[in-house]
Amino acid sequence: MSIDPVQQWPLGEGLDPNRLECRFEDAKPPYTPAEALVEANRCLHCFDAPCVRGCPTAIDIPKFIAQISSGNLRGAAKTIFRQNMLGASCARVCPVEEMCAGACVYHALNGQPIAIGRLQRYATDVALADERASGRRLFSPASANGRRVALVGAGPASLACAAHLALAGVSASIYERDGLPGGLNTTAVAPYKMRAESSLAEVEWLLSHGVELRTDTTVGTDIAWPELMATHDAVFIGVGLGQARSLELEGPGVWGATELIRAIKNEPGFELPGDVRRAVVVGGGNTAIDVARELAMLGIAEVTLAYRRSRADMSAYAHEWAGARQSGVRLQTRLQPCRTVHHRQRLVGVVFQDAVNGREVELPCELLVVAAGQSPWAALVDAGIRLNADGTVWTQPETRATSLAGVYAGGDCVNGGKEVVDAAADGRIAAHAMLEEWGACG
Amino acid sequence: MADLSVEFCGIDSPNPFWLASGPPTNSGEQVMRAFDAGWGGAVWKTLGEPIVNLNSRFGALDIGGVKVAGFNNIELITDRPLSVNFREMAEVKRRHPDRALIASLMVESRAEWRDLIQRSEDAGCDGIELNFGCPHGMCERGMGSAVGQEPRVLAEITGWAKEFASVPVLVKLTPNVDDILVPGRAAVEARADGLSLINTIKSLIGVDLDRMAPLPSVAGEGTHGGYCGPAVKPIALHMVGALARDPGIDVPLSAIGGIATWRDAAEFMALGAANVQVCTSVMHKGYRIVEDLIEGLNEFLDAKGIASAAELVGQAVPNFREWGDLDLNYRIVADIDADRCIGCHLCYIACLDGAHQCIHTAQSPCGAWHGEPDHGQRPRATVLPPVRHEPRPGLTAQVPWVDEAECIGCNLCALVCPVPGCITMRESESSNERLSWKERSASADQKA
Ligand SMILES: Cc1cc2nc3c(=O)[nH]c(=O)nc-3n(C[C@H](O)[C@H](O)[C@H](O)COP(=O)(O)OP(=O)(O)OC[C@H]3O[C@@H](n4cnc5c(N)ncnc54)[C@H](O)[C@@H]3O)c2cc1C
Ligand SMILES: Cc1cc2nc3c(=O)[nH]c(=O)nc-3n(C[C@H](O)[C@H](O)[C@H](O)COP(=O)(O)O)c2cc1C
Ligand code: SF4
Ligand code: SF4
Ligand code: SF4
Repeated sequence: MSIDPVQQWPLGEGLDPNRLECRFEDAKPPYTPAEALVEANRCLHCFDAPCVRGCPTAIDIPKFIAQISSGNLRGAAKTIFRQNMLGASCARVCPVEEMCAGACVYHALNGQPIAIGRLQRYATDVALADERASGRRLFSPASANGRRVALVGAGPASLACAAHLALAGVSASIYERDGLPGGLNTTAVAPYKMRAESSLAEVEWLLSHGVELRTDTTVGTDIAWPELMATHDAVFIGVGLGQARSLELEGPGVWGATELIRAIKNEPGFELPGDVRRAVVVGGGNTAIDVARELAMLGIAEVTLAYRRSRADMSAYAHEWAGARQSGVRLQTRLQPCRTVHHRQRLVGVVFQDAVNGREVELPCELLVVAAGQSPWAALVDAGIRLNADGTVWTQPETRATSLAGVYAGGDCVNGGKEVVDAAADGRIAAHAMLEEWGACG
Repeated sequence: MADLSVEFCGIDSPNPFWLASGPPTNSGEQVMRAFDAGWGGAVWKTLGEPIVNLNSRFGALDIGGVKVAGFNNIELITDRPLSVNFREMAEVKRRHPDRALIASLMVESRAEWRDLIQRSEDAGCDGIELNFGCPHGMCERGMGSAVGQEPRVLAEITGWAKEFASVPVLVKLTPNVDDILVPGRAAVEARADGLSLINTIKSLIGVDLDRMAPLPSVAGEGTHGGYCGPAVKPIALHMVGALARDPGIDVPLSAIGGIATWRDAAEFMALGAANVQVCTSVMHKGYRIVEDLIEGLNEFLDAKGIASAAELVGQAVPNFREWGDLDLNYRIVADIDADRCIGCHLCYIACLDGAHQCIHTAQSPCGAWHGEPDHGQRPRATVLPPVRHEPRPGLTAQVPWVDEAECIGCNLCALVCPVPGCITMRESESSNERLSWKERSASADQKA
């Protein structure tokens, strides 16, 4: 039985089947029913469970796992979605080792935490497949209550917010700059965790609760912020982060990490140049690790991660680095990039300065990828919204309300770049705050 | 190495582990393989007038992924010709003279009993077991538990068997009675040489919610059957113990019901069984389980310095008392080992909702009772707001602690804790003398 909810969904049909990301297999393939039962039956059903505290959306994990055990898979999926409407993508992309599963009591018992992400994927996949097959919806929206909310950006934060609002009877419209919705879930998440079609399938499902989506519409250019605010009861800002900060390494053979990942994931017919045998990735965060691992998995013989400080200073998660190393990525630390070396318009190497002895080292390569992180949107200042010193949007912690009345924000643009699940949590909190504000909370 | 050999009302076997009458003893080929595996004896699948079995006949109770915690069947006695069974029995006995071979019988008339007992002895059986236990199918024809539930009929047939048999006669009792002592005493008075128990318990194992029919489903219909397997062990233990401590029962007991491990066997023997019989666990895992039954019992006896299996028999019987004899002043309290605790809070919620509200936690607002210790004697008619505790000095926030003054020592928390040895029940000094309910009532009567 195939339980992946993908292909059937129309949005995904626009994706080219020849995308490079289609060559990746799932790093954590879906559970069979037998696997899911064995794992679910291990869960101790802790009270006040530490795993729930580890989940930013506070899904009642022992409850949904017990529902898998009892055979109530639709109930399990509802338990998940009530807290996190992006439960299907979170099941695939969450760094569970750092979150729910990282807190599981089994660490203390025998070192084998419950595979919460994979169980979550099982429950949501099976329930969504059942919903399609039977036509019985998991959730039906309340009747319209006349409220209208505009959401800016179709990434996880806005999608979660819009879905919760739609279920409460609010008319929610999302404005997205790109042609494809889903934000970084569609354009950036490592393809061995989730491919674009799964992200789009999830978006399609979320929209099916009555959310309106307008793609190719940039707020601030195509529609002015004040206009949006004037025509809606509330506005939610989920614009994510902006362009990567450049490290001033340029020329042929040099890519930004998010650019390259996006090409791998979304660009029809995209191929890595045939002569690339060695690649160097500059950076020490999760994005650098992701791109390095993707290149290694695509068959590039030598992939080197060059980081300017020590291994301990790397911001990437330990389990992510372990995965990259298993895929064959090598690490060189304390290397500060200086300049690229080109020969006849082709990249042949990168020169670094060794932070220990100050000497210059050249790493020969045909591809250089620079993962320099993303920065917040300065443009939001124009809309009159208060920003923090680091450029993130200031919000009230309990409500995600910004400094402007009726304007809320969440996701990467508020937290400076965390995870999908954090964006989903923000979206839900903001939706509930709006509903409470209007006395419409059901 | 302890001596595992046992003598059961004159029948010798190299160890106390016998196969109970059932599918594992259905044919000579099977019993020979069982003996090769190490079983000390076997009670042959019950013989009687040939019957026809249903095809779909077993059902099971699975609990949280544990398969066959309980088992249920609607199988009847042997469906193979008697002559074939007797020929196989003779061959088994010829090849395995040192093992106990028992013929289980169930027929109706005096003449039939005489005939089958004679043929069993001719085949070389060491004993006869009278099946008065089957709670389905056969009882509707006036046999099995229909006999076991009727002490007068039970005694009469036992009398016939004693009259015809020269080998020992065991009576297999049904648990489907109010008081096991009634059929037990009736069998002993009729000169039975030993008792075996329990046969299966009348049961209905489940309902097929698609076909809306009891399980096991026979063409979309079902009926009650006989329950056995690990889940019935406590019921069997109680009945074996009740007979063992009854002064009217002076014959050896063969314990049956849910035995799966050497520990189960040792418990039955400590409670008075001279040997044990196994059916479901072999149906589940095969004859090979006897290897650890033997080795485990051996290790246990050695560790305890008990020289033989026979010496273990009945050691716990004197401590099996009436409720009214137990000490009301005995006091224990739960003790949590913080180093082993994994922070699952199963003890907390169990005590909060299912016991005495005396385990506290600092991890989140604590909903437990926080009043003066009174063991629930004063009214508790409002829900108090949860309390925020500071973590206890020396304890990490997720380790709960016990309010010992309020703890009633019920054991619940220790039973639900998933970590072996994490919660122990510690004896706390009691200032009071031993006092049982009977003693207390007696002294109250005196005063009155
Ligand atoms: C390479 C990479 C890998 C990652 N891997 C993981 C992972 O494995 N697991 C995980 O949990 N998280 C991962 N993340 C982080 C995660 O993707 C983000 O935290 C999450 O997507 C944030 O959601 P968001 O809705 O806040 O923003 P985004 O996903 O960035 O979505 C914002 C959307 O707003 C649109 N937009 C922006 N400005 C405007 C405007 N003016 N008008 C209209 N639309 C606009 C954008 O086009 C975009 O679609 C990864 C991130 C990157 C970069
Ligand atoms: C499928 C099946 C068939 C049985 N057939 C008989 C039988 O023919 N005669 C008999 O005396 N007991 C029969 N029993 C009862 C067992 O001998 C035994 O008393 C009972 O199952 C409890 O032991 P256990 O928990 O080890 O299975 C049968 C049990 C099962 C499961
Ligand atoms: S901490 Fe682990 S065992 Fe406990 S409820 Fe969560 S997943 Fe289950
Ligand atoms: S022994 Fe019973 S009353 Fe005492 S702490 Fe444990 S559960 Fe509560
Ligand atoms: S049940 Fe055991 S492991 Fe769990 S919190 Fe209580 S003492 Fe700790």
